[in-house]
Amino acid sequence: MYEQIASNKRRTFVVLFCFIVLIALAGTAFNYVIGYGVAGVIVAIAIAISMSFFSYFYSDKVALMASRAVPADEVQYKRFHNLVEGLCIASGLPKPRLYVVQDSSPNAFATGRNPEHAAIAVTTGLLEIMNRVELEGVIAHELSHIKNYDILVSTIAVTAVGAITLLSDIGIRTAFWTGGRSRDNRDNSGLGSILALVGIAFLVLAPFAAMLMNFAVSRNREYLADATGVSLTRYPPGLISALEKLQDDKSVVHSATKATASMWIEQPLPGKEGGGQEKWLDKKFNTHPPLQDRIKRLKEM
Amino acid sequence: MSVLLGLACLGALVFIPLLIGVVIYNGLVSLRNRVENAWAQIDVQLKRRHDLIPNLVETVKGYAAHEKETLDAVIQARSAAMAGEASGSPAQSAQAEGVLTGALKSLFALSESYPDLKANQNFLQLQEELTSTEDRIAYSRQFYNDEVRKFNTKIQTVPSNIIAGIGNFKVKEYFEVPEGEKDVVDVKFD
Repeated sequence: MYEQIASNKRRTFVVLFCFIVLIALAGTAFNYVIGYGVAGVIVAIAIAISMSFFSYFYSDKVALMASRAVPADEVQYKRFHNLVEGLCIASGLPKPRLYVVQDSSPNAFATGRNPEHAAIAVTTGLLEIMNRVELEGVIAHELSHIKNYDILVSTIAVTAVGAITLLSDIGIRTAFWTGGRSRDNRDNSGLGSILALVGIAFLVLAPFAAMLMNFAVSRNREYLADATGVSLTRYPPGLISALEKLQDDKSVVHSATKATASMWIEQPLPGKEGGGQEKWLDKKFNTHPPLQDRIKRLKEM
Repeated sequence: MSVLLGLACLGALVFIPLLIGVVIYNGLVSLRNRVENAWAQIDVQLKRRHDLIPNLVETVKGYAAHEKETLDAVIQARSAAMAGEASGSPAQSAQAEGVLTGALKSLFALSESYPDLKANQNFLQLQEELTSTEDRIAYSRQFYNDEVRKFNTKIQTVPSNIIAGIGNFKVKEYFEVPEGEKDVVDVKFD
C-alpha cells in the first residue's frame, strides 16, 4: 500500500515531465508547420511548464467542471454525506468535498491532488439504483483512490491529455488548411522538409502518446482500489453487487469525454466490439479492466 | 589530519544512531497519539447515538404509545450505556452499548407494523441518522483496531522495539466485540 502511494507520487512527476516534453514537442512541431522559429518554441515550452503547474493546483476543478458536477446538497443527499463520513472514519481520511452529476447513467469518480484537497462525484443515476451497502462499496472504492494518491496521477493526466489533444487537433487542422507554410520558405529545403515531416508525425502521434499515458496510469489501480475499498467496508458482497449492477447497465455518461474516461469507477464511454487484432488494440486503449474480472477477483477474496 | 578524520568518524558513529533513535522515538509517539485519538473517536460516535435516541423515542411514542415495553427497553439501555461510558471501563461500556444496539433493532423492527410511522419524515431522518451512526461506531472501532495493529507491530519489530523498550511503550489492547453483539440480527437496508 505504502509502496503504491510512493509509486503514484513518483509517477505523477513522470507524467508531468512527459507532459512538459510532449507539449513542448507538439508545440515545436505545431510551430514548425506554421513557421515561427525559435521564439515560438520557447513560448511553447513556457506554456507547457506553466500548464503543468496549473494542472497540479487546478486539475480537480477542471475535471469537476468538465463533468458538470455540482456540490452535493447536505440535506438532499444526506445518505451520500453520511456514508462518506462513516468511511472517512474507517480510513482516517478527512472528508472530501462531495459533488453530484445530473446523469441517469450510474457512475462515480474521485479527484484532487491529495487527501486534504479531494473530491468525490457521483451521478444521480448511481444514487438511485444502488442500495445502502452497494453505494457504500462504491464510495469506499473512490476513497481508496484518494488514499492511494491515484487521484493525483489520473487528474493530472486528464488535464495533460486534454491539452495535448487540443494542441494537436489545432496543429493538424492548421497544417491541413495552410498546406504547411514552412514549405514556402524554401531555406535548406532538404532539412526543412524532413523537419516538417517529423513535425507532422508528432502531431499525429501526440494523441496516441497521450492515450497510452492515460492507459498506463489507470488499469491495475482499479483492482487495488477494489481491494482497499473492501478492506474499509469489510464487506465484499456490497461492492460485488454494485459492480454487477454497473455491468447490467449499458448507458453512457453524457458529460464524460476521452480525457476524463479513466477517472470513473466504470468505463463511461461505449466500448467497441470487434474481432482479432482490432479487439486487442481496443483492449489496450480501454481505460478500465473488464468488470467481470474485477468481480471475479473480489469473489476470490 | 588523521586525528581529525578519526574524530569525525567517532562523532558520526555516535551521532547517526542517536539521530535514528530520535526519529524512531518520535514516530512511536505520533503512532501512540493516533491510537489514543482513534479511541476518543469511538466515544464521540457513541455520544452522538445517545443524543439521537430521546428524539427517536418521542417520535415513535406519537404513533405507537402502547408499545411501552420496547420503548422502555430502549430508554433503559440508553441510560445503562451512558452509565457504562461514565464508568470509564471499556468492557462495561461495550457490553451496555451491545444491549442498546439490540434494543434499537427491536424498535425499528416494531416500526415495520406502523405504516404511518414509517411514512413520517422525522422518523425516516432519525432512522437514517441512527443507521449511519451505528456504521460510524463500527468504523471507528475498526479504525482503532487498525491503528493499534500498526502501533503494536512497530513496537514489536526490530529496530523500533529497542527504542520502545527504552521509552517504555506498552502494547495496546484491541477492541473486541462484546458477546451480546456478536450474533447480529439480519437487518434489511434500503
